[in-house]
Amino acid sequence: MARGGDQDREQRRASNQPTADLLSELVAHLRENRTQLREEWVRRITESRLLTAMTKDEIFAEATSVFDNYVEVLETGSVEALQAYARNLSERIIPRGVETHEVVGIVLLLRDVLARSLFKKYQADFGLLNRVLDAYEPAANRIANTVAVGFVQERERIIRQQQEAIRELSTPVLQVRERLLILPIIGIVDSQRARQLTEQLLRGIRANRAKVVVMDITGVPSVDSTVANHLVQTVEASRLLGATVIVTGLSPEIAQTLVTIGVDLTKMNTVGDLQGGIEEAERLLGYKVLSMGDGPSQVDRVE
Amino acid sequence: MQVPILKQRDYLIASIQSALTDADLLRLRDDLVEQVGRYRSRGVIVDVTVLDVMDSFAVRTLSSLAHMIKLRGAETVIVGIQPDVAFAMVQLGLTLSSVATALDLEEGLVYLDSRAKPGTGTKRGR
Amino acid sequence: MDAELRVPIAADADIVTARQEGRRLASHLDFSPSDLTVISAAISELARNIVEYAGSGEVHVRLVEKGGRRGVAITAADNGPGIADISLAMQDGYSTSGSLGLGLPGAKRLMDEFEIHTAVGKGTRVVMRKWAR
Repeated sequence: MARGGDQDREQRRASNQPTADLLSELVAHLRENRTQLREEWVRRITESRLLTAMTKDEIFAEATSVFDNYVEVLETGSVEALQAYARNLSERIIPRGVETHEVVGIVLLLRDVLARSLFKKYQADFGLLNRVLDAYEPAANRIANTVAVGFVQERERIIRQQQEAIRELSTPVLQVRERLLILPIIGIVDSQRARQLTEQLLRGIRANRAKVVVMDITGVPSVDSTVANHLVQTVEASRLLGATVIVTGLSPEIAQTLVTIGVDLTKMNTVGDLQGGIEEAERLLGYKVLSMGDGPSQVDRVE
Repeated sequence: MQVPILKQRDYLIASIQSALTDADLLRLRDDLVEQVGRYRSRGVIVDVTVLDVMDSFAVRTLSSLAHMIKLRGAETVIVGIQPDVAFAMVQLGLTLSSVATALDLEEGLVYLDSRAKPGTGTKRGR
Repeated sequence: MDAELRVPIAADADIVTARQEGRRLASHLDFSPSDLTVISAAISELARNIVEYAGSGEVHVRLVEKGGRRGVAITAADNGPGIADISLAMQDGYSTSGSLGLGLPGAKRLMDEFEIHTAVGKGTRVVMRKWAR
């Protein structure tokens, strides 16, 4: 009899409890059972063969941080700290080869482990359990979303960085003679690559004190007007550093694009091929090529 | 902040030491024009190595500086534009097209020498 | 680290302050050195327009985030006379006279987002945003 009365009282109390109170109640419950919930979660992670790139100790350490952050979000309602942690975590684990499905997987597993724990605690009172889940589920889903999105965004950022590094490696600026640089450009040039090219070249001009640059675009199949503009900008910016740019290997197609965007080709220093460009460069620098009969040609600096 | 102007042979060298306000730039221009007249200089070098940005006002003022100095019979060359500054300038459409430029002070002097004494030496100018 | 800064603009020297502080704030993000120079120049142009045409105003620079990307938002506001003909002001031209917005068309090309709100007698507000790569 008494028990029935107690239950009634509990139910009445529970049905009047606002969500915030419920949340702090379950946060307290999760904190109390932290150790065993965390262990249960790590067990499930290993069972599902996730995070195989990490050691058991590492998984445990990260699991602790994720768990604490998770509970904190439930408590405060704010995902800011979690976002920062997610970015930080991603930065660390992406180079280790951890993949998106693993990160999403472990967060969902944690959600499940905690949900089960809540089922167990409130199983006697179905109505209360429902209210608890009403409070818990939106928060838990928001957390899963935040972590997954944070991970993916970090991945994308890293990919962009790597692409940039690759672009840089693929465009060497060569010093051939004193004060003369050669920039052979090969392959498709997009806007990003064009920018990188320009920055590299200008730094090269300064470092090598170059007075002439031979920019060979024989290996560039075509450019759109944006990139053509970049090429013109490269020439103009080089001039500001006191260097003349000779453009070689200009295909009729690219010449047409340049004309279309309004470039006066007669004002641009262009030569047919790379060899011709180098000779013109040497002429500009005051070198004179002497040939001795049938022997190899000798290059002498004329003061 | 007044920019120090040094006299070297027939040339004036203005070495900018720190960020300049618009008024400082105008003062520099007027000082140089005045001194070119006073010393009958044949060339002016403006060293902008220290500047981490050149906007439209700076470019306009340097262009008018060169123009006014030309009217007094002297050549101007701007030196020391940083790579990043040069790139930003051309992207903004500020090409300083009517003014001579060189990499640094040394190159600036070479340039002025080649302009001031045409015919001497076989070294070709730009 | 503060995510924003405000510089009151009333004189020449404030233009320098605004662009230096703005550059410093933007440097916390992943911008290339020449991007920082462009941002600095854009702030300079906006601040100068305030001095020249409104007498006083404010430059507000903020670090912002959208869709995972971070960037900088620059607002230049004044209670000056306003611009009568925006299209004229935004015309690309390299005249040596101090026409309004000489630096603006160039800056607009290089910013990812650009808005200008102005009306005669109602002041001017320009907002530009650039996203780090």
